[in-house]
Formats: sequence, structure tokens, C-alpha cells
Amino acid sequence: MPRPGRGARPGASRPEPSPPGNRPGPGDPGRAPVPQVSNRLAIERLLVTADIKKTGPEDVPPPPAAGPEAIRAIPVRHYGRYVTAILAIALFGLVVYAFSQGDINWGTIPEYFFDDRIIEGVWKTLLLTVLSMAIGIVGGILLAVMRLSKNPVTSSIAWFYIWFFRGTPVLVQLFVWFNLGLVFQYINLGFYRDEWSDFMTPLLTALLGLGLNEAAYMAEICRAGLLSVDEGQTEASHALGMSHSKTLRRVVIPQAMRVIVPPTGNEVINMLKTTSLVSAVQYAELFKFAQDIGSASGAPVEMYFLAAAWYLVMTSILSVGQYYLERYYARGSSRTLPPTPLQKIRSTVFSVRRPKGVSA
Amino acid sequence: MNAMVKAEGVHKSFGPVEVLKGIDLEVAPREVFCLIGPSGSGKSTFLRCINHLEKISAGRLSVDGELVGYRQKGDKLYELKDSEVALKRRDIGMVFQRFNLFPHMSAIENVMEAPVQVKGESKAVARARAERLLDRVGLADKAGNYPSQLSGGQQQRVAIARALAMEPKLMLFDEPTSALDPELVGDVLDVMRGLAEDGMTMVVVTHEMGFAREVGDALVFMDDGVVVESGHPRDVLTNPRHDRTKAFLSKVL
Ligand SMILES: Nc1ncnc2c1ncn2[C@@H]1O[C@H](COP(=O)(O)OP(=O)(O)OP(=O)(O)O)[C@@H](O)[C@H]1O
Ligand SMILES: [Mg+2]
Repeated sequence: MPRPGRGARPGASRPEPSPPGNRPGPGDPGRAPVPQVSNRLAIERLLVTADIKKTGPEDVPPPPAAGPEAIRAIPVRHYGRYVTAILAIALFGLVVYAFSQGDINWGTIPEYFFDDRIIEGVWKTLLLTVLSMAIGIVGGILLAVMRLSKNPVTSSIAWFYIWFFRGTPVLVQLFVWFNLGLVFQYINLGFYRDEWSDFMTPLLTALLGLGLNEAAYMAEICRAGLLSVDEGQTEASHALGMSHSKTLRRVVIPQAMRVIVPPTGNEVINMLKTTSLVSAVQYAELFKFAQDIGSASGAPVEMYFLAAAWYLVMTSILSVGQYYLERYYARGSSRTLPPTPLQKIRSTVFSVRRPKGVSA
Repeated sequence: MNAMVKAEGVHKSFGPVEVLKGIDLEVAPREVFCLIGPSGSGKSTFLRCINHLEKISAGRLSVDGELVGYRQKGDKLYELKDSEVALKRRDIGMVFQRFNLFPHMSAIENVMEAPVQVKGESKAVARARAERLLDRVGLADKAGNYPSQLSGGQQQRVAIARALAMEPKLMLFDEPTSALDPELVGDVLDVMRGLAEDGMTMVVVTHEMGFAREVGDALVFMDDGVVVESGHPRDVLTNPRHDRTKAFLSKVL
């Protein structure tokens, strides 16, 4: 095991280093922050009068509590911004106009929005997303642990798997699973024997295609997460008498989650959209139903719009969930957690000041 | 009385580099045993051998009369399984230079973790002990804080409480104060002094010569993987016999 940093002097790798001079300690009583603030004000004043372009109103320093009088300056006018804004609005208007001139029967979208088939498709899409991600996450963790193992055989197998499944398009993989029936007539696992066509249902095809592909991506995400945890954590846990598996479960994985969750959230959102590909292998989900309704009712474009709207609704909900999940796994990693949107609203409405830094 | 730690000709190599070149020493029960020496002399490595975080390459090392990491049958040595090693580590507490608290757990959860997970103790019992230990290290009011909300000195005291929660018979300290700002060192040393008064057997790697002189019962000066000089801290620190010891002490004192 390489162990970089051992024997290095302590100061080099201290947690939470604070820049020298910013900490008023007992050793330097003369370093009160006041002169620094007024210094900064002087510089800001200089900037304002020199009319240097600044990025936004957030940059204006908060008026000091009991310092020099507040600055009253004429803010910089951002003419460039007005021009780009007008151009963007004009462009958007043009697009809207073009679509309003197109022969689109907008009424069909609300008409079919809650159609039974569409709702069934939405459920199928969600089911496929959940199951494929479950396969992906379990497989990914397994592959990541294999890849990091000291056994060269298991780590090469994991490497090969990742190489293969990341290196080929998922649509190709789906078609391979779909068409395996052309080369296998029966499946025989010893305890289980069946006709291939009965065994390989469209759902299984879809799950294998999406899940096994996802596992390769999740493996890399999990591996990065596991590697991000400091080796001192494992040592401390072992020194307390915890076993390898307890150490992994209680100490390493919870910390790895902070690194694993954000990209996994993206993977879920990606997966939700990628499920539309399985319509190509005859599994009926949202996109396939929308397509079928579209060609039957003679409004294909409208039904694509409808499908897009449903995908947007689902990905938006997932994004909100991701935010809260990330917040949960960030606990302990920073002194205070960012407020949730709800808390933000509450604090602006009631503007109640709570003490910061109280444990969450 | 049986020695708590007994090292006989302990060698340790990392690849071609020999870091420990035959260490012989004995730590008696209830003794505060200090290890000093220049950077890279192998102090941490030796300490980590004691709880088998590192495997020794040659020699014999035993804790409380039992070999570390091996079982002897006849004249053959059998390597212990991971679970057996873990079982022995329960009795040996370790405190690290960089604290290594679990950042995703609050202070009290850090202290409760091992008794609950390793000994299968109930949460209520573990919590009661954890509260007592945090009180003992002067942090009763910080139980709910996460490590990132504690100063270095406070973190190190939580780390000591965490190690004590397993009720070890031996405590290993690897430069517990050298990552701390000078004004925070005192609190940690006070806790260690209290432990020593209660009769805990302690092996302490340290650069705090004042602590070694006051609290230490024995002291070893290591250099380049060998024990150069050993004796009572007062004698070694005030009347070093070897030139290497003299040279080292003149630099740190
Ligand atoms: N895992 C490792 N692989 C290779 N070399 C190592 C490893 N661990 C330690 N060493 C080497 O062993 C030597 C002794 O290291 P050790 O950490 O025991 O020194 P130390 O006396 O504790 O020093 P310090 O006072 O700086 O902590 C050093 O030269 C170090 O580079
Ligand atoms: Mg060291």
C-alpha cells in the first residue's frame, strides 16, 4: 500500500487550514479586522470611481456595522446586458411564433395527458428506471469492490467488464440481448430450463440492456467514492477492532456516499431518459405508448411533445429529491448545511435569526 | 509481572528499505512509556506494529503475553485470521496524530461506535459510557457536534474518549499533540496525565519533552530503526550518554 504523506510534517495536511493572519488569536491582539475592512472599502471605492466593470450587485460589500459612512455611488450601467437580453427575448419570440404558425393541434396534448395508456407508460418508465438503477448500483458496488481488491483475477475481470460495457453503445447492447434468441433456442441453468423466447421477455431484455450497462458506469462512480475516503479512517476503524466489512459499511461507504450521490443522481435522471430507447426492443413504456397513440390518432408531433412534457415533469421531481439526498450526505462535512428551499422561504418570510452551527 | 508489551529483535522492512532494525524493549503494566527520536526513525512504524496495523518482518512482538498477529504451536507460527486480529485490537486503543475521527458522526456517536458495533453493546449502555468519557475529557457540552465543528484539541480529546470506550488495557499515542496549535496542546496533555494517574499503560510517541519528563516512567530514544538509548526520562533527557541522543536533544529542547 503506498502511503504518501506519512512522515510529512503535520502542518502540511492539517484539516481546515485557515489562511494566516485571518484568525485573531491571543498571539496577535493588534490584528483586529477593522483596518482590513476599511482597506477593502477604500479599494472598492477606487473600483467604483474607476468605473471598472463588476459582475453583480452581490459584490458590493455589506456596510460595516459601525465603520465609516455607507457608500452612495451611482451603480455601473450594464448596457451590454440589456442588448443580449433583448436579443435573447427576440429569438425566443421568433421560435414561439414559428410554432404557433405550425399546424399543431395543441388541444390533443391535454386531452391525452392523463390517458390510461400514457399513465401506464409513465409507470413502466419509472419501474424500468428504478429496476435498472438497482441492478446498476448493486452491480456497480460489486464491480468497484472487485476492481479495488488485491486479487489480480477479480480486479482484471472487473476491469474487462467496465471496458466492454462502457465501450459499446447501449442501443447496440439492447439489440444484442433482444436478438440472442436467434442463436440460443433454450436456456438451461441446470435447475431452470425454458424456451429462450419465453425466458427473454421484453422486460428482461430491457433490464439486462440498461442495468448491465449502468453497472459499468456506477462501478467507476463507486470506485472514485471509495478512493476518496482517507486511509486514516480505515486505520482508525481497524484499530478499534472493527472488521473489514463493518469498516466498509459503517465508516467508508457513508463517507464515500458524499462523492457517490451527486453523480448517481445524474445517472438516475439520465437513465429515466435512456429508457425511451427500449421502445426499440418492443418494451412498451411512455415513449412507445406516445408513439403508438401518435400514429393511431394522426398527431405524432403532439404526442412527442406530450412525452417530452412527462419526461420533464419526472426529471424535475427527481432533481428536487437529489438536492435533499445530497444535503443529507453532506452532514458533518461542512460546519453548517445549506438551507433547504423551504427553510429559505421561511427565514425570509419570518426573518427569524437562528443561531448557526447547531447540529442538524 | 508479565510485560504488557515485549519486543525482541523486531524488524520491519518496506520492500528493500529496512525501517526497524532489531528493536528490543519491554513496557511494564501501568507504565507510561515514551518514544522519542528524529523524523523517519521508525517510531510510528513500531507503534503500528504493536496493534498489527503493520506486519513485522522478523523478531517477536507480544502484548500481554500473547504474540501479535500470530499463534504459536510447537515451533511453528500460524498467521491469525483477520477476525482474530480484530479481536485483539479491541484491547489496544490508538490515538493518531491527525485524530481520524469519523466525520459523518457526531462526537458522541464516534465514542459509541465501537462498543455498539464491535462488542454488540446496547445503545443505552454505550451512550451512558460515552457521556461519562466525554465529560472526563472536558467535552460534555460538545456531544452533539460533528468533528468539523470542533477545534483540533477538542477533536483529539474526542479521539481519546473513543479509544477509551473499548476499555483497553493498553493505549498507543502517535504524536497526539503535534498537529495542534500550541495553546491547545495543554488540554490534551492534561487528559493523558489523568489517564496515567489512573494507571493506564501507555506507549507515547511524542515531541513533548516536558510531558515525557513529568509523566513518563520510561523513555526510549530511537534513531534510524534502532534503540539508541533508554532509561528513566529524567536521566536520558538530562544526562544523555550517546552522541546521537545529545545531538537530537540539543535540537528539540
Ligand atoms: N507504508 C510505507 N511504505 C514505505 N515506507 C514507509 C511506509 N511507512 C513508513 N515508511 C518509511 O519508514 C520510515 C519510518 O517511518 P515512521 O513513520 O515510522 O517514522 P517516524 O519516526 O514516526 O517519523 P515522524 O516523527 O516523522 O512521524 C520513513 O523513512 C518512512 O518513509
Ligand atoms: Mg510518526
